Amino acid sequence: MLAIRRRRELANPLVFFVIVVSLFPLGVSPDKELLSQMAPGVIWVTALLATLMSMDVMFRSDYDDGSLEQLLLLPGPKVLLIGAKITAHWASIGLPLVVLAPIMSLLLYFPTHAIGSLVVTLLISTPILSLLGSVGVALTLSLRSGGILSSLLILPFYIPVLIFSTMAINASANSLPVSGYYALLGAFLIISALLIPFAVVAALRVSYN
Amino acid sequence: MKEFFAMGGYAFFVWTSYAIVAFLMIANVVAARMKRKRIFREMQELAEES
Amino acid sequence: MMQFIHKYGSPRYYYQWSKGWQKWLSIITVVLLVIGLYQGFFVAPPDYQQGESYRIIFIHVPAAWMSMFVYMVMAFAGIMALVWRIKVAEIVVGECAILGASFTAMALITGMLWGKPMWGTYWVWDARLTSELVLLFLYFGVIALHGAFDDPRTGAKAASILAIVGVINIPIIKYSVEWWNTLHQPATVAKFDKPSMHISMLIPLLIMAVAFKTYFLSLLFMRSRSEVLAREKNASWVKEILKEQS
Repeated sequence: MLAIRRRRELANPLVFFVIVVSLFPLGVSPDKELLSQMAPGVIWVTALLATLMSMDVMFRSDYDDGSLEQLLLLPGPKVLLIGAKITAHWASIGLPLVVLAPIMSLLLYFPTHAIGSLVVTLLISTPILSLLGSVGVALTLSLRSGGILSSLLILPFYIPVLIFSTMAINASANSLPVSGYYALLGAFLIISALLIPFAVVAALRVSYN
Repeated sequence: MKEFFAMGGYAFFVWTSYAIVAFLMIANVVAARMKRKRIFREMQELAEES
Repeated sequence: MMQFIHKYGSPRYYYQWSKGWQKWLSIITVVLLVIGLYQGFFVAPPDYQQGESYRIIFIHVPAAWMSMFVYMVMAFAGIMALVWRIKVAEIVVGECAILGASFTAMALITGMLWGKPMWGTYWVWDARLTSELVLLFLYFGVIALHGAFDDPRTGAKAASILAIVGVINIPIIKYSVEWWNTLHQPATVAKFDKPSMHISMLIPLLIMAVAFKTYFLSLLFMRSRSEVLAREKNASWVKEILKEQS
């Protein structure tokens, strides 16, 4: 519900994604060969940045109006609540990215037979991005300029996801087997979904001190 | 002696490495000492005020 | 066990027992550095492949080892700070981040300077250099977060959480970087064999590694001792120490 109310705010990272991806041909070269090679990396790095831009929305307004503090005081497992928040965030950012990425990949001459792998990696990995990002936001929530700091904290943690996702897409573009990568990314997703909400609750407690 | 400092033609790489590491290690010690002095000075001022 | 931790972690007792440790560790560090450097430069023979340039190993490898070791110490202190609320552990987290970052910087710089004669370029996206670079980013994150809060205790707790999340992630990052590296093996790089270390080279390396460790511990004691005083400035035992000093 909250997510719907802030539709405009949520659209901004998506517009950012579209613009940045289209800057690469302008900045590098419109060369077909080169762009199709760079496409997985460009799309993935831009998706990382777009997710980071959107992270602040996750808890900010709930923190400012105090409802987050009340939610934390409620009896019952806070972890589920945090999990629901992260899921809502993913649905409003990660999911649209999954839809946008194939369209943008056409602009970069990405081979159409590999678009499926692009969608699958984004589908598995964008929830991981939301999960990891939520730790950064939760830690920096009480700071005035938390946004940039939180990106700085989280970006190194995105490296494995970036590596395995782009490797899967490249493998698929070269018609190599990809199921191993999917399995690994899936394992990442399960582990982070199980562990990270606990870290977020601990981080929120520190933020509220 | 000259031969020793030449490091078989790798003098620049070997000695720059050692110089930078020595600099960082000494800088760490100096920083720790300055921190100690600063904290003592601050506390002294605090004690005088009260 | 808990009693033991609380006793040695109480700021006042910590300040007392760490004094002797700091002094002796500093002395040991100097002695080991002298022996290690003498052995490394005058006893160890030149490498048959890399000539004299390999002597960078005596500082590069200990610094790289320390960069990992300090992160583990930091995460462990983070757990102590969060679970048992040990004040001294909170301080250790912040001091470890600074020292760890400097070891990581040492490992990176010496790695680059070693890479130039060996690989022909200062930087190669080699698995170990890359993970060292990522480790430096992780340290920067902890330092930035630690310093961002007005209240040092909140900063230390936030940094502790980040350090713990980081320590779980480091093996994953290392593994992913290694895998990425094996697939993108740059063709131009001449790989040199891992030199099987001769014993006369291994001894100075190990001595230097121990020297780096004692150096770290003595500095950690030194920095955390002053920080303990600053945090406990209103306690009566600190005021007594202050009177003795002036």
